[in-house]
Amino acid sequence: MIKTFHQIRRLLTSIRVGVFLAVRQIRRGNIWANALIVAIMTLTFLNLIVVSGILVGLIEGAVQAINRHYLGDIFISTLKEKYYIEKTPGLVSYIRSLPGVEDYTVRYIEGGIIEKDYKTSRKSTEKSDEISTLMSGIDPEREAQVSGLRDKVIKGSYLEENDFDQVIIGALLLKDYLPIDSPNFPVFENVSIGSKLRITINGNVREVTVKGITYTKVDEVDRRVFFPEKQFRGIIGRYDYNADEIVLRLSPETDAVSVRDTILAAGFGEFAKIQTREDAEPKFIKDMKETFNLLGTIIGSIGLIVASITIFIIIFINAIMRRKFIGILKGVGIHSRAIEFAYVLQSLFYAFLGSLFGVLIVFGFLEPYFQENPINFPFSDGILVATPEGAAWRVAVLFIFTFVAGYIPAKIVVRQNTLDAILGR
Amino acid sequence: MRKNIIEVEGLVKKYGSGETELVVLKGLDLVVREGEFVIITGRSGSGKSTLLYQMGLLDYPNEGKIHISGENVIKMDPDDRTLFRLNRLGYVFQDYALIPDLTAVENIALPLMMQGKSHATAVIKATEVLERVGLGDKVYNLPSQLSGGQQQRVSIGRAIGHAPEILFADEPTANLDSETAHEVLENFMKLHKEGQTIVMVTHEREYLKIADRVILLEDGVVKSSGKHSSQKSDD
Repeated sequence: MIKTFHQIRRLLTSIRVGVFLAVRQIRRGNIWANALIVAIMTLTFLNLIVVSGILVGLIEGAVQAINRHYLGDIFISTLKEKYYIEKTPGLVSYIRSLPGVEDYTVRYIEGGIIEKDYKTSRKSTEKSDEISTLMSGIDPEREAQVSGLRDKVIKGSYLEENDFDQVIIGALLLKDYLPIDSPNFPVFENVSIGSKLRITINGNVREVTVKGITYTKVDEVDRRVFFPEKQFRGIIGRYDYNADEIVLRLSPETDAVSVRDTILAAGFGEFAKIQTREDAEPKFIKDMKETFNLLGTIIGSIGLIVASITIFIIIFINAIMRRKFIGILKGVGIHSRAIEFAYVLQSLFYAFLGSLFGVLIVFGFLEPYFQENPINFPFSDGILVATPEGAAWRVAVLFIFTFVAGYIPAKIVVRQNTLDAILGR
Repeated sequence: MRKNIIEVEGLVKKYGSGETELVVLKGLDLVVREGEFVIITGRSGSGKSTLLYQMGLLDYPNEGKIHISGENVIKMDPDDRTLFRLNRLGYVFQDYALIPDLTAVENIALPLMMQGKSHATAVIKATEVLERVGLGDKVYNLPSQLSGGQQQRVSIGRAIGHAPEILFADEPTANLDSETAHEVLENFMKLHKEGQTIVMVTHEREYLKIADRVILLEDGVVKSSGKHSSQKSDD
């Protein structure tokens, strides 16, 4: 009992002396050397967060785009066995009465053919220049509010409610934006603002003018042609207001699952497929998210190993350079535990400052910067995914690795013969 | 009769092995009494510093026994040796061996803190010690802001701050000019008068007269031991 008490007392004294030594070594050490070590730790932390964050952000950017421009918070679509959402007007009035629903948009969709250069005479052996795709009738204002389509018009202008025979065409139907030559992704060459296209839907033929080009980096949107719903319902003969897609935007505090369940509980599941955006997310996106998360973790782990080795080298060089003084400390009776503690504390201090600067840079600058200025990848607007939980987790892991990487070199140097250390041999 | 504070018996210390083996201490016997001022001298390579390191528990001999105040210190584990050095021994090194990040007062206070004293108590005690060695005005100076003699006096202060049973000094004046060396030696003489046991290694003959006893080492064994005047012929 008394022995244990003495051991605890000695341990506490060692910690106190270790803190005393560490504080003075940091305070009176070379400021540039300290700054360099902290800079290395900051970069190490950024490497942990940013590399995997950008990687995950590539997919997250795509996911956000799908949610923002296509699925919304709740996505209501046609049942497999139906042509459209029956009783749409009743569903819409029910949706409007639900608390937490901020906005909604209704889309009418029909397959059709768009054709260019249809006035050019062709031989009977020549194919016309046409693409089969989905046509969508939208309320321009509502769609702009819910999916932000207006902001994604990259050329020309957005639709007005009373536009007639004017369309917005998705960028992935145009070679300028999808420069590939594949039968699976047919594209038009030389179609731009003001171009005339012939559109055939259910046997109805219209000649329309391209008013704008939209590019959301969401295939489901960028391979569609958009009409104002007034004219579109006439073309497809949908006078009962029954739609094909309804997208709901909820207030931030509203739980999408409970809204979905409320709509289902009201019996509308009989007429439409009602999903949250997570339910409706395409499976390949979910798979890619998992894959990129895994890649991010692997890269993060490699970053962590590199970080540990970096810390190990820094502390080891520091300890080796101070080997003589470590010998003197031992010589005058300072317990090796106090010396080891001083070095571990120093490395933890460097890790703390490095993480602190790293967190400030990530959340104060990089994350908001990439939100405002996403990286322009062909399939998404890449952002930096950095969550406080993820950062906290990495800080904790970095601290654990720093502890080990600081302790081992200190232990190695402290274990050396006291006299050899003092005499530098 | 004063009691024996250090008893060395059959001490052997070798470096290297095989053909390169060098036996520095060859079965050396020695006794130091409490309160005695002993100077160990000899030619370069005679083993005087090596002997000091063994007695001061800074190194392990290959053979032999060392008893300090009756305790067999050879058999102690490293932690107990560290604790023994902390509480019962003091060292003054040739090159001062101060910690560069610590001020004069902190260099002295550090071992006191390791003994369990609070920071405030250790600093008060260390300041008193600095005044004793004549450096009351250099309390907060870093070693780099002190002259060689001042650094050596801080080193002495660190060695005596915790009132050790034995003060070991390895060539404490070797790096100092003669005037500063005399000032440092005066510190040792003052401590001796106060009853401090001192074991000092030096090769400078002019200092031998201040010791109670001079031990002359030659080729790893004690060649003579006695008052300076009595073994002049051996030199």
